Amino acid sequence: MIRFENVYKRYPNGREALTSVSFRLEKGEMAFLTGPSGAGKSTLLKLIALIERPSRGTVLVGNQNTSRIRRRRIPQFRRRIGIVFQDHKLLNDRSVFDNVALPLTIGALRRRELERRVRAALDQVGLLRHEKQYPLSLSTGEQQRVGIARAVASRPELVIADEPTGNLDPDLSLETMRLFERFNEVGVTLLIASHDLELIDKLDHRRLRLEGGKIVADFDGISAERR
Amino acid sequence: MIGRYLSLHVENLREAVARMLRQPFGSMMTIAVIALALALPAGLRVTVNNAQALSGSWEGAIDFTVYLDRDVDEERAAELALEVEARDDVGQAVLITRSEALEEFRSYSGFGDALDALAENPLPHALVVRPAASSLADVEALASDLDALEETDLVQIDTAWVERLRSILELVRRIVDIATILLALAVVMVIGNTIRLEINNRRTEIEVVKLVGGSDGFIRRPFLYLGLCYGLAGGMLAAITIALSLALISAPARSLAQLYGSTYSLVGLSLGQTLALLIGGAFLGWGGAGVAAARHLRAIEPS
Repeated sequence: MIRFENVYKRYPNGREALTSVSFRLEKGEMAFLTGPSGAGKSTLLKLIALIERPSRGTVLVGNQNTSRIRRRRIPQFRRRIGIVFQDHKLLNDRSVFDNVALPLTIGALRRRELERRVRAALDQVGLLRHEKQYPLSLSTGEQQRVGIARAVASRPELVIADEPTGNLDPDLSLETMRLFERFNEVGVTLLIASHDLELIDKLDHRRLRLEGGKIVADFDGISAERR
Repeated sequence: MIGRYLSLHVENLREAVARMLRQPFGSMMTIAVIALALALPAGLRVTVNNAQALSGSWEGAIDFTVYLDRDVDEERAAELALEVEARDDVGQAVLITRSEALEEFRSYSGFGDALDALAENPLPHALVVRPAASSLADVEALASDLDALEETDLVQIDTAWVERLRSILELVRRIVDIATILLALAVVMVIGNTIRLEINNRRTEIEVVKLVGGSDGFIRRPFLYLGLCYGLAGGMLAAITIALSLALISAPARSLAQLYGSTYSLVGLSLGQTLALLIGGAFLGWGGAGVAAARHLRAIEPS
């Protein structure tokens, strides 16, 4: 589903965020991207979502070479990816329902089908009762779940999440990760960046460790066996 | 599929109106500025149209005076009046005898006593001729015919001022054309600026929509509709302003016209012109928003 081949990313200010990164993430896999702040986790996710372009190397997403995707084609490409942000990026002047519906309003979806999918997504994150509320009237954990509902509403094959539990307490964090696991169970590929090792240790998933822009370790779950 | 697509546009339109209503004061200011910029050239155009219609109606009604030789007697003068009036290109010919002229002069000029001092009436008989012809050239031809008559001393005709007025109006019309272009540009810029601010205010929203895969067209459309609504509302307000202004000046204009013996009444915007104003406003709004969107939306990228 995702393939990085010898990827470098150097920002215009000269900082080298990624150095010779190579890895594969298979369809249906769920993996954590760990490492300290500034290790390049966000940059790596941005390369997948085409928010940034690699300086060198190849990024393939769903067997598509992202360097061949021209600017005009980016929106179409992004519709196949669900993105979850640490700061939710919800629109505070729209209801929970409208926030989740946002990726669906882009396509020409029938109103009834749109409502059905939004409610299904809200149901999955347990917020069906709150669809008429506005984001600011919800707790941080609830807001994050709205963000997750929005990411999965269009039923993407791939979901990437950047520190989705960054602002949550341990219980809510674990709950959020369990939610991701449930999506994984139905076939969604997930790549989740998180520096919360304590949390990740409770979950049995592959983890890629980034340090100083390089992948320094690639463990397969708790078994800690090197691939 | 097409129904869904249409309903997206209706939704865009509805949202644009809702957005304008959410900030009524700011929206009203923008609309007022646009209306002003549209009403000015449209109002000037109405004024020029009226002046032109008015000068057109004068053109055919240029009376002129044929002064006869002093040795023509009253009998011959009366005959002459009938002869002239019989011409096809003459509507009316009225004889003013020298004694009538003197009376008139006496009562209007205030030189009554001085006239009494004269031994005899110095004034000639005169014919006041109202041409039937409508074009200036025909009137001039008639005047030279009359000038050629044996009994004519002098034909006094003043078509020059009509021509001057016409060329002044033509000049004014050109100036109005230029003003129209400049003010249309101003409307584009006002709306462009409003939309630029709106884009800046909705930066986060634009970023998020780009992140979930909204195309440039999808992101641009609400702003285009907003521009369209501003332009349309400005056009409406401009049309109302012109109608109200005309209503305010139509009564004094009519009494002025009556003083000149005319029944002319002011002509406002026709239905076609009103529509042109509305469509023009909407078009300029759409254009202004398009310019702003092209310039500023691209610059907003999620990071």
